[in-house]
Amino acid sequence: MTAVQAVTLIVVALGGTAVSLAREPARQALVASVFGLSLAVLFFTFQAPDVALSQIVVGAIALPTMILLALGKVRRRERAEGRER
Amino acid sequence: MSERARRVVFALGAIGFAAVLVWGLAGLPSFGDFHSRYGELLAKITIPERKATEVVGVTTFDFRGFDTLGEEFILFAAAVGVLVLLRLMRGEKEVPAEPPGGRRPAARSGSLRSLATALVGPVLLLGIYIVVHGHLTPGGGFQGGVILMTGLLLIHIGGSHIHIGRSRPISAMEVAEGIGAAGFALIGIGGLVIAGGAYLENFISSGTRGSLLSGGDIPLLNISVGLEVMGATLIVLGELLDQRLLTRRGQR
Repeated sequence: MTAVQAVTLIVVALGGTAVSLAREPARQALVASVFGLSLAVLFFTFQAPDVALSQIVVGAIALPTMILLALGKVRRRERAEGRER
Repeated sequence: MSERARRVVFALGAIGFAAVLVWGLAGLPSFGDFHSRYGELLAKITIPERKATEVVGVTTFDFRGFDTLGEEFILFAAAVGVLVLLRLMRGEKEVPAEPPGGRRPAARSGSLRSLATALVGPVLLLGIYIVVHGHLTPGGGFQGGVILMTGLLLIHIGGSHIHIGRSRPISAMEVAEGIGAAGFALIGIGGLVIAGGAYLENFISSGTRGSLLSGGDIPLLNISVGLEVMGATLIVLGELLDQRLLTRRGQR
């Protein structure tokens, strides 16, 4: 194992911990996006560039976007319900 | 259950899980030690037989092309499902969530909008590059398709959000998605008719190794998957965006 691989493994471990420690959902989605990017770097250093590209598009772009859109929808509904009461 | 009992149950579960995990990890082959006869065979025959240099792409689109057809149709079905579910609710009267002002910028920050507009061209070019080089370098239709979708989303951020009902890119995306899905299936039939072989058998000359036009029908399959993925992801995101921008009477 090279030093670069060891460093990316540590970064991924720290990133995963950071995702679970972020409690606010919108913030958590952004931390998860950065974590997805670090996973892509990990795959790249382990000589799997195809998987790394898929990880970037799914983990760093698609998933956080979906979460943010869903959050926006939920919050809007909550605000609307708050007005009615 | 009291707190004490709950902790005991958790501790027992955690210890059992840790034991099984360590047992499983101990049985793994050592780091960097790869022995897969299938993998070694693929690495050996891909370039001589298919003249394409990207072994992973050749595996997904040629040796395992039928699996990829199934995966493409999973995405197709998912996008159609989202469309059908959300269109049903379209029957109800829609009111904009924000006060109607006609053309309204999607992003308020001016620098964000300039940056997004400047990125549109490079991102679209990168997406096309990744799609058409799918048989030569890492990437291909799936990854390139999502990058193309991102480029189109950047137009949405950079430009003004056109009010619902006018000029919806979603209908164009439906066409792209349909062409992509049908293209893959039709190229497969080409293997039956033109090559006279099995479904999805290659029927185009493999060309010379390393050139853009090589690898037989793999570039065509990549392009159709790219169109399908771009269309499907943009449909799903576009419908969700509409949900975000609209509230409906009788749906609160």
